[in-house]
Amino acid sequence: MDLVATILVDGLIYAGWLFIVSVGLTLVFGVLNILNIAHGSLYAIGAYASASLVGLYFAAGGDAVPWGSYAALILAAVLVALVLGPLLERGLLRFFYGRDEVLNVLVTYAVFLILEDVMKLIWGVNPYFVYEPYTLLGDVEIGPLFYVGYDFAVIGAAIVVGLAVWLTLNRTKIGKIVLAVIHDSEMSETMGVNVPRIYLGAFMAGAFLAALGGALTAPMISVTPGLGVNVIIVAFAVVIIGGLGSVPGAAIGAVMVGISRAASVHLVPEAELFIIYFVMAIVLLFRPEGLFAKTQARKI
Amino acid sequence: MKSTRMGGALAALTVAAGLAGPAAAQDDTFKIGVITFLSGQAAESFGVPAWNGGKLLVEMLNEGGKMPAPYDTKGFGGLNIEVVVVDEAGGATKQVQEFRNLVQREEVDAVVGYVSSGDCLAIPPVADELKAFTILYDCGTPRVFEDGSFEYVFRTAAHATMDNVSLARYLKSRNFDVPSFAGLNQDYAWGQDSWADFTGSMAQLFPDAEVKTALFPKFGAGQYGTEISALLRERAAVVHSSNWGGDLQGFLIQATARGLHERSQLALAAGDHVIPQLQDKMPDGVILGARGVNGLAAKARGGELQELTDTLWDAYEAEYGVFPVQAPFRMWQALLGLKTAVEKAMADNGGTKPTDEQLAAAMKGLEWDAPSGHIEMALADGHQAIQPNAIGTTKWNAEEGRMELVDVEYFDARCVNPPEGMKAQEWLAQGFPGAKCD
Repeated sequence: MDLVATILVDGLIYAGWLFIVSVGLTLVFGVLNILNIAHGSLYAIGAYASASLVGLYFAAGGDAVPWGSYAALILAAVLVALVLGPLLERGLLRFFYGRDEVLNVLVTYAVFLILEDVMKLIWGVNPYFVYEPYTLLGDVEIGPLFYVGYDFAVIGAAIVVGLAVWLTLNRTKIGKIVLAVIHDSEMSETMGVNVPRIYLGAFMAGAFLAALGGALTAPMISVTPGLGVNVIIVAFAVVIIGGLGSVPGAAIGAVMVGISRAASVHLVPEAELFIIYFVMAIVLLFRPEGLFAKTQARKI
Repeated sequence: MKSTRMGGALAALTVAAGLAGPAAAQDDTFKIGVITFLSGQAAESFGVPAWNGGKLLVEMLNEGGKMPAPYDTKGFGGLNIEVVVVDEAGGATKQVQEFRNLVQREEVDAVVGYVSSGDCLAIPPVADELKAFTILYDCGTPRVFEDGSFEYVFRTAAHATMDNVSLARYLKSRNFDVPSFAGLNQDYAWGQDSWADFTGSMAQLFPDAEVKTALFPKFGAGQYGTEISALLRERAAVVHSSNWGGDLQGFLIQATARGLHERSQLALAAGDHVIPQLQDKMPDGVILGARGVNGLAAKARGGELQELTDTLWDAYEAEYGVFPVQAPFRMWQALLGLKTAVEKAMADNGGTKPTDEQLAAAMKGLEWDAPSGHIEMALADGHQAIQPNAIGTTKWNAEEGRMELVDVEYFDARCVNPPEGMKAQEWLAQGFPGAKCD
């Protein structure tokens, strides 16, 4: 396989993972207008929860049906969203709607710090492993290189997630209501829309996507404290490139970051970190609001 | 499977921290301030196992008669050992404050600590300012004593140059064919320095070997798919890595799933500490070191230190349900060195608890035995230790369900450490002058 094809495959694998961890962040910002720093914590909790749940699954005799471990991964993300979504949105964030965006960043940063310690209290500092789902799908030989089938499954999951979010927002009644709330929440409320419920649903969806990113990542890593820090940084880069609040933007941003990073690792490995933020800087130079965000007039 | 959680270490540490009260040490006690990572990414790999080992040794010493001679006497020269444990997380500025608290408020008699090289560079000037006897027990950077000179500060473990010199020497002595090599190391001082030491050593021992790609993913990257593709494409004979903790575990999980270990010889400078977590997921045939004759290499060594090693090994395994890897070995060699120094100072001063000055005088140039070998404070005018090292190859014992280290090579301390008065990089560049490898 020539170098260009290798870069494309590596870039798309990384982009698939990046999209899953970024799309929830952009969704929450789009609906709630909150830049959720705690997204990284939800990702890490998703990883821990899936490690625990898959561990329980195999301890309960899951070896007979190992494919069930994939259901355990997804179930873990659902549980995280059901528990933490309402707790954070109803219990804290709703009191800050309409307040300064910087204040909201500080509030979610505080939540991030609290959840980091909560994870240590629940899971301790030692690593968790869930290898089985990573190797169940076997290898894929592309030219002279072997890839793990699971990596391509993550790309598939990213496509499914992207389509599901886009179709829900653009082709369903509830999606149109959400878009109306994004456009003007006050007007939507006067038209009878239960805006708090829309906010809660959007935040839970974002929490699910963050936790799903962690759950799908857990089988290929050692799940340890501090997992969410790096993720939130690169996820921010992706959604800023694509435009905060834009689902297609997150997809394009993930592909741009994934492929440029892969090209750097193969061709100029010293610039691996630089290249992500270089791409972001170039995009912002020509499109300060990101590739897909619409320029909005500011209300005074 | 396979969800692994090793020990309730943090709870044990909290209890351990409660062993000592806030008051100053009495004349019949010797109070140590221990600083190591109890939280953060280095906790699981280094900090927690180190203090688990340290706590165990302190308890055995305080009971007396639990250790083989010459460590069978109670405490330190009859003084009961008290310990205050402090978390190293938080960065160098915080650690300087913690150090001052330990010395000035807790009035500890000695400080034993520091995994992070950043902390090891920040603490010595403060230790000398406060005239506080301090042992750096773990950190790897050679710069501590190559760039500075401190009266009250000692490092009881060899610096990190030894790890990579030993790897290169192992490849040479085992007649590996190395036409090329590549590396994947963490993008901070540890990874960069380790790669520089390895390439410097390889340039002397395999001058014709081609240096292929050198990858430095950021610390905590987690995802190594692209890097593994690059390494697979390079087809280097050897892939070097000094990664540790979750970064090493993640890299190995992803690399072995894609067959990197079958295409290239993996050589891990500090890889032993992930064996308890990975077990049979660590592939056979991986060359690895333990930053000293530590862990499995110490257990396999035999000889006159075997009783000492087995005593601590068995106690650790019984207490924590897992065998000790490199971190507790470095804590043990620090505490046994401190015991030797205290008792030497007491022998010289008529049997009273030594002052910081007396301790520093006793520690300077000291030699003692530890489970990791014979330790000599031979560098930096008697302030920096050298120690023997070992490199081996992994082999899973399926019958007994445990990892073994086979084809282990033991290197004399003076074979893999630079001589007194010479900086590590100069030593490598000049072709290991003064090395004694026979």
